[in-house]
Amino acid sequence: MPRKPIVGVLALQGCVDRHKPHIEAAGGTFRAVKTAADFDAADAFILPGGESTTMLKLIEVFGLWDALARNFAAKPVWGICAGSILMAQTVYVDGSKTQQQKSFGLMPFTVVRNGYGRQLDSHTAMIDGYEVSFIRAPVFESAAHDVNVKAMHEGRAAWISKGLYMASAFHPELTMVYPSPMHREFLALCAQ
Amino acid sequence: MSNVINLKTGLAEMLKGGVIMDVVTADQAKIAEDAGAVAVMALERVPSEIRAAGGVARMSPPELVAQIMESVSIPVMAKCRIGHFAEAQVLEAIGVDYIDESEVLTPADEDYHIEKHAFKVPFVCGAKNLGEALRRIGEGAALMRTKGEPGTGNIVEAVRHLRALNQAMRRVQLLDDAELMTEAKNLGAPYELVKMIKKDGKLPVPNFAAGGIATPADAALCMQLGAETVFVGSGIFKSENPAKFAKAIVKATAHYNDPKMVLEASKGLGMAMSGIEISKIEEPMRMANRGW
Repeated sequence: MPRKPIVGVLALQGCVDRHKPHIEAAGGTFRAVKTAADFDAADAFILPGGESTTMLKLIEVFGLWDALARNFAAKPVWGICAGSILMAQTVYVDGSKTQQQKSFGLMPFTVVRNGYGRQLDSHTAMIDGYEVSFIRAPVFESAAHDVNVKAMHEGRAAWISKGLYMASAFHPELTMVYPSPMHREFLALCAQ
Repeated sequence: MSNVINLKTGLAEMLKGGVIMDVVTADQAKIAEDAGAVAVMALERVPSEIRAAGGVARMSPPELVAQIMESVSIPVMAKCRIGHFAEAQVLEAIGVDYIDESEVLTPADEDYHIEKHAFKVPFVCGAKNLGEALRRIGEGAALMRTKGEPGTGNIVEAVRHLRALNQAMRRVQLLDDAELMTEAKNLGAPYELVKMIKKDGKLPVPNFAAGGIATPADAALCMQLGAETVFVGSGIFKSENPAKFAKAIVKATAHYNDPKMVLEASKGLGMAMSGIEISKIEEPMRMANRGW
């Protein structure tokens, strides 16, 4: 029997531990990763929710950009909320679109940070029969034609994929029914 | 019933492993964001200034809070007085992301805290021990923090509160089910929440540290004692070089378990804020004693 895939959840900052029961229930091994050696030992990555500005800053000050980019090029990656912002091709800091933010550009889509609003606009929704949370969530404004839209929310793409990559504007990990359909889907991607 | 932990606690989950910084101007908020803060606390004066100024400390002016909200893309928190639900309503109307019902401000009610379930905006509250934490959670707080002794640059009270909380939770876990009701009575805490502590061994909401954090090593100490994020009040903008201190505390918090990283973060910072010995603060002036 092949060994279980090691899913490294980027643990520089953000919502890390909530993924553990989901990853384990979907047949993977959870690992919090924050150094280049950790990255090399992981089979796939979840870029979790948190603050994208904080994560970017820490990636820079710890000199982790190249190690992450090298690993992302060859392994499945799923970005959630702030994590999806790190994956996008184009990132606008807000709806005025005057200011852009650095990103890994793993998938050809455009994201507007906090596009669904502030905390008072945070809400839950049903996606694929599963309750998920949009928390100060980004809006996936547009995507290239070859990006696969797996779920829509309020008329916009909220869960997308392309090749080894997946991104969701919402959090399935805060829901305590394990595993979420999104974690199951990601582990299936890891098994390919 | 929903299986999702509530959205209020959900935002606190996103702030884990980070540093939340007190700021008094939009410029300071930008410095905090650039340094990697996960959120800022918008204030008129930092705790050490409030302590020095004396008098009644109230909610910050709404224009100031709104300016800070406009200047950064990270979440913005603001403080209201203990029990002052009208200040909380105003802060919710401004649209802040979190309200701190805080002992740093002069309490508005000496018997009761705010009924926090009534609000859509989430609340963070301070606690010195398990009973106090569970009372606040019972009232609807979605995030807890230690009180520490704000504005002192002295970590001793935050450590006391973290240790007291951890010890009390370990004790609950050792109790027989039949003993939990009396434990709830002794703690002055809701019985259902005491049962949850026995089952999970931790608070049902995230637990952060605050009050007296002034150096990268202070942040690492609190994180190793179980805090999941740190609030830094006067410690950054009352230090010799705020931008450097802010970055250093963010770095140390991310790698709190790695002494070499904390060492790197601690180098070349210049002077930390000057601190105050707790015994030099007269009992009525101790902010941690506010709250019931």
